[in-house]
Amino acid sequence: MEKILEVNDLHVSFDTFAGEVKAVRGVNFHLNKGETLAIVGESGSGKSVTSKAVMGLIPNPPGRIKQGEIKFGDRDLAQLPEKEMQKIRGSEISMIFQDPMTSLNPTMTIGKQIMEGLIKHQNMSNSEAKERAIELLKLVGIPNAEGRVTEYPHQFSGGMRQRVVIAIALACNPRVLIADEPTTALDVTIQAQILELLNDLQEKMGTSIIFITHDLGVVANIADRVAVMYAGKIVETGTVDEIFYNPQHPYTWGLLGSMPSLDSTDEELIAIPGSPPDLLDPPKGDAFAPRNPYAMQIDTEMEPPLFKVSDTHYAATWLLHEKAPKVEPPAAIKKRMQGMAPDEPIIGAKDGGKHV
Amino acid sequence: MGRYIGGRVVSMIITFLIIASLTFFLMKLLPGTPFNNQEKLTDTQIVQLNEKYGLNDPVAVQYFNYMKNLFVGDLGVSFQQDGREVSTIIGERIGASAYLGFQSIVLGTIIGLFLGIIAALRHNSFLDYGTMVIAVLGISIPNFVIAGLMQYWLGVKWGLLPVAYWDGFAYTIMPTIAIASIVVATIARFMRTEMLEVLGQDYITTAKAKGLSSTAVVIRHTIRNASIPIITIMGPLVVALMTGTLVIEQIFVIPGLGEKFVNSIMTNDFPIIMGTTLFYSLLFIVVILLVDVMYGIIDPRIRLAGGKD
Repeated sequence: MEKILEVNDLHVSFDTFAGEVKAVRGVNFHLNKGETLAIVGESGSGKSVTSKAVMGLIPNPPGRIKQGEIKFGDRDLAQLPEKEMQKIRGSEISMIFQDPMTSLNPTMTIGKQIMEGLIKHQNMSNSEAKERAIELLKLVGIPNAEGRVTEYPHQFSGGMRQRVVIAIALACNPRVLIADEPTTALDVTIQAQILELLNDLQEKMGTSIIFITHDLGVVANIADRVAVMYAGKIVETGTVDEIFYNPQHPYTWGLLGSMPSLDSTDEELIAIPGSPPDLLDPPKGDAFAPRNPYAMQIDTEMEPPLFKVSDTHYAATWLLHEKAPKVEPPAAIKKRMQGMAPDEPIIGAKDGGKHV
Repeated sequence: MGRYIGGRVVSMIITFLIIASLTFFLMKLLPGTPFNNQEKLTDTQIVQLNEKYGLNDPVAVQYFNYMKNLFVGDLGVSFQQDGREVSTIIGERIGASAYLGFQSIVLGTIIGLFLGIIAALRHNSFLDYGTMVIAVLGISIPNFVIAGLMQYWLGVKWGLLPVAYWDGFAYTIMPTIAIASIVVATIARFMRTEMLEVLGQDYITTAKAKGLSSTAVVIRHTIRNASIPIITIMGPLVVALMTGTLVIEQIFVIPGLGEKFVNSIMTNDFPIIMGTTLFYSLLFIVVILLVDVMYGIIDPRIRLAGGKD
C-alpha cells in the first residue's frame, strides 16, 4: 500500500512560564492512500497537537516542532518554510475543525469562504470559483445551493455549517484530510449524517483521512486503522478489528471499558482511575504506569518499546515482553470484546449504524 | 433596511422633542434672568425687554410658543446680540468647530486603528508595549495639558506653529493634535483588544488552514470582525469630542460653537442655550443612527435581524 504521509519521531513542545511542556513526545505513524486512520485518546494526549503539526499550524511562539520529520511525498513538512507550507495547506492537506459554530467567519458569505482557497490555489476567476462553490455545496448535501451560496454562517444550522466546513476543506481536492473531532460538537443524529457524508466523500474522491476523536463509537464507524495516543505518544496501533477484538495495551482496555454500548444492560462502565500525567514533567518509564493496575517494576523505570503483535498491530507495553507474566484483560472488558466478536457486526454506540 | 431606518427616524424625532422640552424647563430653573445683570439698563427698560421677548408670560405659554416656532425651524433671536437670529449665530460658529472635530476624528481614528492593529499583530513585543504606553498617556493626560505643553514648546520656544487663533491650516494643527490624542488612545487600546480576541477565534485557524497568507488572514478575516465593537465606541467618542472641544476652543481662542455655548449659559441667553443644546442633541442622535446603520453594513447578523423586509 502506498504511504501518503509518514510521521517519524515527532516531538512538539510548548514553552510556557512554568517550563517546557512536552505535548508530543516521539510520535510515529503513517497514512496509506485512501484509508482512514483514527487517532484516539483523552483530552491532552497530544492528538490535536500532532494534527496541527502536520498542518504547520502550531503557533510559534510558544509552540515548536523540536525534532522529527513529517514526510509528505518527497517533502519534509517539519522543515518547510511558511510560504511553501501555505501552498500545501488547503490544497493538498486540509483540515476540518471541531466546532462548526465558531469555525466560520461570521461576516463573510459562505460562498466567499469556500471560494478563497480555490482562487488562491487553483487560480480560478471569481465566477469559476463561485460555480465550483455551488458544486461543492451540492456535493456535501446542502439543498438549494445556488441560493444559499450568498448566505452568512448564522443562517445555517450546526450540522449544515459543518457541511460547509467540509466543503471548504475539500474545495481543492486535497490528498489528505485531517478531521479534528468533527462530530464532537454536534447532535447525535447529526453526527451520524456527517460521518456518513465523510465516508461517501472518501469513496468518491479517494481522500486519505486522519480522524481525531475520543469517541470509540465513532472510530468503529469510520476508521480502517486506529492509533491510540497517551501522554504524547502512540501506545497501540492496529486495524480496527485488532484494536477492538484483541487489544493489548491496558490503556486501550481502559478506553474500551469506559465506552458505553447499547446492547447490554447489566455491564457497568469502568472508568480509568486517575488523570493523565503533567507533560511539563513527564514521568520516568511508562507514562501510564501510575494509572495501570497491571504495572510492573520495570514500568516505573524504562519506557516500553513498541512490541509487534502482528504485521499491522503494535503495542507499547511491557506486558508483551516474553518474561512478563501472562495477563488477561479484566473480565468485563473481555466479555465486551467477545460480545463484539469479529464475525458479528458492531453496533455503533452513537448511531446504531453497522460497522462492516 | 429602509423600514428599519424609517422606524428609527420616528423615534429620533420623539427623542428630540423630549430633549427640547426638558432643556426648556431646566433652563427656566437657572438662577437670574437675562437682563438683570446689566447695570446700564433702567428698571423700565428691563420691564420693556421682558415684555418684548414674552418673558412675562406663564412658563407654559412660553413653552408652547417656543415649540410652535421650533416646528417651523425658528430658533428665535439672541437676547444679548441685538436680536440676531440664533440660527445665524450657530451657522457662523459651527464652521470652525466642525472642521476641528472632523479633522481630529479622522486623524485620530486612522492612527488609532493603525497602532491597535500593529500592537495586536506584534503582541508582547516592544512595539506592543510602546503603543500601549502611548495609549495610557493619551487617556490619562487631559488634553488641555497637552495643549498647554504644545503651545509652550512648539509655539513659544521653537516658534514652529502659531500659538493660538484661527487663521488657516497651520492654526488647526495644535488643537487637532490635542483633541486627537484621546481618539488615538481610546481606539488603539480598543482595537488591540478586539484584534487579539478575533485572532484567537477558530475561524482564523480555518482561514490559515485554507493556506491564505497572513496578510490575507488579517485583512479579510480579522480587521472586519475586530472593527465591529470599534463602531460602537465611535458614537460616544464623537460626542465626547464635541464637549471636549469647549476647553480646547477656549485655549486656542478658536471662534467655535463651544465657546459661544459656555458664554450663553453665563449670561442667561435662553435662545442661544436652547439652540446650541438642540443642535448638539441633534448631532448626537444622528451619530447614533449612523453607528447603527454602519453596524448593519459590517455585521450581517444585525442587518437581517433589524430589517425584516
